[in-house]
Amino acid sequence: MLTIFLAFVVAAVVLPALSRWIGRGVFPLAALVAAAGFVHALALAPEVAGGRIFAESTVWIGQLDLSLSFVMDPLGLLLALVVTGVGALVLLYCTRYFPGDDARIGAFAGTFMAFAGAMYGLVLADDVFLLFVFWEATSVFSYLLIGHSHHKRASRSGALQALLVTTLGGLVMLVGFVLLVVEAGTTSLRELIAQAPSGPVVTAAILLVLVGALSKSAIFPFHFWLPGAMAAPTPVSAYLHAAAMVKAGIYLVLRLSPGFAATPGWSEVLVSLGLVTLLLGGIQALRQTDLKQVLAHGTVSQLGMLIAIAGFGTAEAALAGVVLLLAHALFKSALFLIVGIVDHRMGTRDLREITGLGRRSPVLAVAAILAVASMAGLPPLFGFVAKEAVFAAVLAVAEGGDAGAWLVLVALVAGAVLTLAYGIRFVWGAFGDKRPDRLVVRETAAVRTIRTPSTSERGYLGVPVVVLVVATVVLGPFAALLDPLATASIAGYADAAEAPHVEFWHGLGLPLVASGISIALGLLLVVLLRRREERDPRAPLGERAYRAIVGATDRVAAWVTAQLQRGSLPFYLGVIYLVVALALAAALVNVETWTQNWELAQGPVQFAAGLVMVIGAIAAARAQKRFAGAILVGVTGTGMAAIFATQGAPDLALTQLLVEVVTLVAFVLVLRRLPARLGEHNGSTKRLPRALLGITVGLAMAAVAIVATGARVDEPISLAWPELAYEQGHGRNVVNVALVDIRAWDTLGELSVVIAAATGVASLIFVSSRRDDLPRVGRRAARASMRQRRAQQDTPLHVPVARGSWLLAGRTLSPENRSILLEVVVRLIFHALIVVSVYLLLVGHNAPGGGFAGGLVVGLALTARYLAGGRRELGAAAPFDAGVILGVGLLTAAATAVLPLFFGVDALTSTWVTLSLGVFGEIDLVTSMFFDIGVYLVVVGLALDVLRSLGAEVDRQSEDAEAGAASRSASGEVQG
Amino acid sequence: MSVSIVLLVVMAALYACGVYLLLERSMTRVLFGFLLVGNATNLLILIVAGRPGAAPIYDETSTEAMSDPLPQALILTAIVITFAVSAFLLALIYRSWLLSRADTLSDDADDLAMRAGTASTAGEQTEYSDDVAEDASEFGDDEPETPPAADAEVTR
Repeated sequence: MLTIFLAFVVAAVVLPALSRWIGRGVFPLAALVAAAGFVHALALAPEVAGGRIFAESTVWIGQLDLSLSFVMDPLGLLLALVVTGVGALVLLYCTRYFPGDDARIGAFAGTFMAFAGAMYGLVLADDVFLLFVFWEATSVFSYLLIGHSHHKRASRSGALQALLVTTLGGLVMLVGFVLLVVEAGTTSLRELIAQAPSGPVVTAAILLVLVGALSKSAIFPFHFWLPGAMAAPTPVSAYLHAAAMVKAGIYLVLRLSPGFAATPGWSEVLVSLGLVTLLLGGIQALRQTDLKQVLAHGTVSQLGMLIAIAGFGTAEAALAGVVLLLAHALFKSALFLIVGIVDHRMGTRDLREITGLGRRSPVLAVAAILAVASMAGLPPLFGFVAKEAVFAAVLAVAEGGDAGAWLVLVALVAGAVLTLAYGIRFVWGAFGDKRPDRLVVRETAAVRTIRTPSTSERGYLGVPVVVLVVATVVLGPFAALLDPLATASIAGYADAAEAPHVEFWHGLGLPLVASGISIALGLLLVVLLRRREERDPRAPLGERAYRAIVGATDRVAAWVTAQLQRGSLPFYLGVIYLVVALALAAALVNVETWTQNWELAQGPVQFAAGLVMVIGAIAAARAQKRFAGAILVGVTGTGMAAIFATQGAPDLALTQLLVEVVTLVAFVLVLRRLPARLGEHNGSTKRLPRALLGITVGLAMAAVAIVATGARVDEPISLAWPELAYEQGHGRNVVNVALVDIRAWDTLGELSVVIAAATGVASLIFVSSRRDDLPRVGRRAARASMRQRRAQQDTPLHVPVARGSWLLAGRTLSPENRSILLEVVVRLIFHALIVVSVYLLLVGHNAPGGGFAGGLVVGLALTARYLAGGRRELGAAAPFDAGVILGVGLLTAAATAVLPLFFGVDALTSTWVTLSLGVFGEIDLVTSMFFDIGVYLVVVGLALDVLRSLGAEVDRQSEDAEAGAASRSASGEVQG
Repeated sequence: MSVSIVLLVVMAALYACGVYLLLERSMTRVLFGFLLVGNATNLLILIVAGRPGAAPIYDETSTEAMSDPLPQALILTAIVITFAVSAFLLALIYRSWLLSRADTLSDDADDLAMRAGTASTAGEQTEYSDDVAEDASEFGDDEPETPPAADAEVTR
């Protein structure tokens, strides 16, 4: 069993690839796999009928205790025969059904095999959860198969509808299974049925499981998905919707029935819904004009009968259910295949457009008549045996004095009447000669011609039909062949011994009378309906409800989206902050430990700085000019630096101060291109609500600060840090050692963020390429030109108009943009700043400083060069690509992280060597220094990226724009 | 751990002004708000760090007399990231100005269109046509349906 199952899986994977070479040739291969499964099951049949049960199991997901546990018992074997046998025939049929140039047949064949494998697993699975997995797998694969013609809307919506309905049922069923398993303490189906627990929980669980079975088998009120799924290619309908998937629900009912038929509600639900479906489907089938829809509604009707009889509860009824299930699989898949051939030859399935096919294809017509006769239960066919068995089983109970059973019998006879009527309608519709006034010719189609099939088409399409029809004919008189297996399959019932045997002739009796009545009434109904006008059928009731529900869901979703997704960033932020404030307020209600320690301030500087910061912040909020706002925000930052400096945080003060300066420069660089006044296009609106929300958030955060401080009752882990920093990190500056050693992973992450932001800045400004095209002024060339100019100045004839330059690229600026004072100062301080930055980097491990501060100082130095000498000066001062610096920096840091791994220790482990520097004494060289160098380089790269993007490139773009405007106005003058 | 009321007030004021500015439509003001909220959050960490002490330099003071170095490392990281992100926001502002001559946060056009179109599209039910039976044949002479507009939009 496992081997066969694996063969299906392998075929599903391999066939799509194979179809590239052999095209439709994949279908016979697939049919071989299915046929192998059929032969295997058939070979086991005698032993299984004799009472032996084959079981195989292998662990699938050990952690979940889920095994691929298969059991071949009589019921499973019968269904496996149907799944593999009909599957093989339908696959053979596919070989000529699809056109040879269909590019998607590979995928179709693979999905079909995956479905067949899941179905095979479903009927043999012993674990309820394994069964559920296969159950849902069949839903998903059927979705793919129904939606095969995905360019058709009907195909897509039908597939989705089938998926939603059956998956919904499946999930409900899962809940039921979980309840059952928890109650019984086993996941094995056999053990569950043997234990047959009962009680309110089990009743609920069983009813939930039945929802799954009913939805899968298209029973009212879930019946509508099956007609909708007829948009599938016809072989899919023949397999899924006649033989395999829709039988899963019947199978489950038959499987559980020996243990749970006595559950309250079991037979009431199944029989009543089944009979409603039987009649509803039959009436709908009489109204259809599409031959396939006639069969679809007929199938719904037959499934209703199957569920009713399978859920009836007695062993005899279950036996009849098994026989009817087999009979239905044979004749209904044959009929679907016949519809496919009709479609193939006529180009339509509308019975109002088809005439004369019966005379052209007598063999096909005979096959169809035999299959329909079997469906209608006419002797001597297999369907007759099944129907007799059904009548007999119900009569046996009815004669015992059960009035309800008589009612059931009446409904069954009525169903049989309808079945005969729509069966005849089908044969007449497909093969009958019709008077011209009963024919409809659609405007879109030319006059229908009957295509003549090729020999290979006759073979591949015809043989499966013939095999199925022969089987339905032979199994009538020779029904006793099935008796051992069928009888064995109901052995679990208490009253199994009372059930009769499966045989062709039960003798004259009430069942035969019932059959006779139904046949006579059926013929009468056909005569009565003969003159009826053909109309386009309406959508079934359930489908209209389904559409209403799905449509309402769509509308609610659209409404909710429209309410929430307003496309306004201030709205979103407002919602977020409102939620933050409310959630915090709600959490604060339950706080018990507010801090007890209050101080007015922790030093006089806090007063002064705090006052300045509050004023700065409020003024910034009210600022009307961009520069004013930028400076006021900078004031708050500087206040932070002051607080840090007096709070024992020199590193923070240094970094904050440097960042404030660089940020201010960046502001200036951008804001010089923008109008000075803020809010010219959009003035501030809704000031009061915004202010209220702001104050609320501020108060909430203040409360958070108080509570969080009060909650710090344990000893902080950082108490151990100074010791760690010195002993293991070989640095005295604990904050710096924390950044480059103790918490270096965090810093590595931060570097990535910085690089992402720097790259973002560059790409927003440069747009197409990260590389700037700053002229690289070579040092030597620049010096040479300076010397030349000095030489010129020395000659007395030369009139000194142009000033000398203190900077390398100084002369590239126009004289009115130059400031000699600035150039001199920058010339004097640039190298000093670089030395300071290196100093900060090197001492950072032991004293305030480090890579962040050092890098920012370099950024300041570069800024000075840029401000004094313009973009060409920047190119001269930093003649390398910012991206390269960022990359080298990150690589250095990452290498420091990775290298220790090669020495068998954790990433980022630091080590040191003591270097002797002669008269300068000894220093400890720690490897985390290289990490800090990486940080330094990344910060330098960020600063350089900001300068060359917001500074140099913005300059170039505005120069271009001015030049463009000038040339435009010049050309305009020429034209004018 | 003791709480400094002055710092608390400053922090609340920074948060309030920051949020007030963040809810603006002018991108420059949003950036101001971002910086204020950033400073406020650093203050929050500082307040929670507890009573300040001497600079956390080993050997110079005892561990008990030191400021807590851990929040300092957090704040240092935050300062640099705030700078990187504000540079990015500045670049955004410049780009927005370059493209549309406005540093304004305008509402998303697609979302507005969806809100306006809600009533008309929800009622259409395009995927659920009533005529399932029509053109049901797989071998008819009729032209196959053209792919629906939704699919075409994806490929565009």
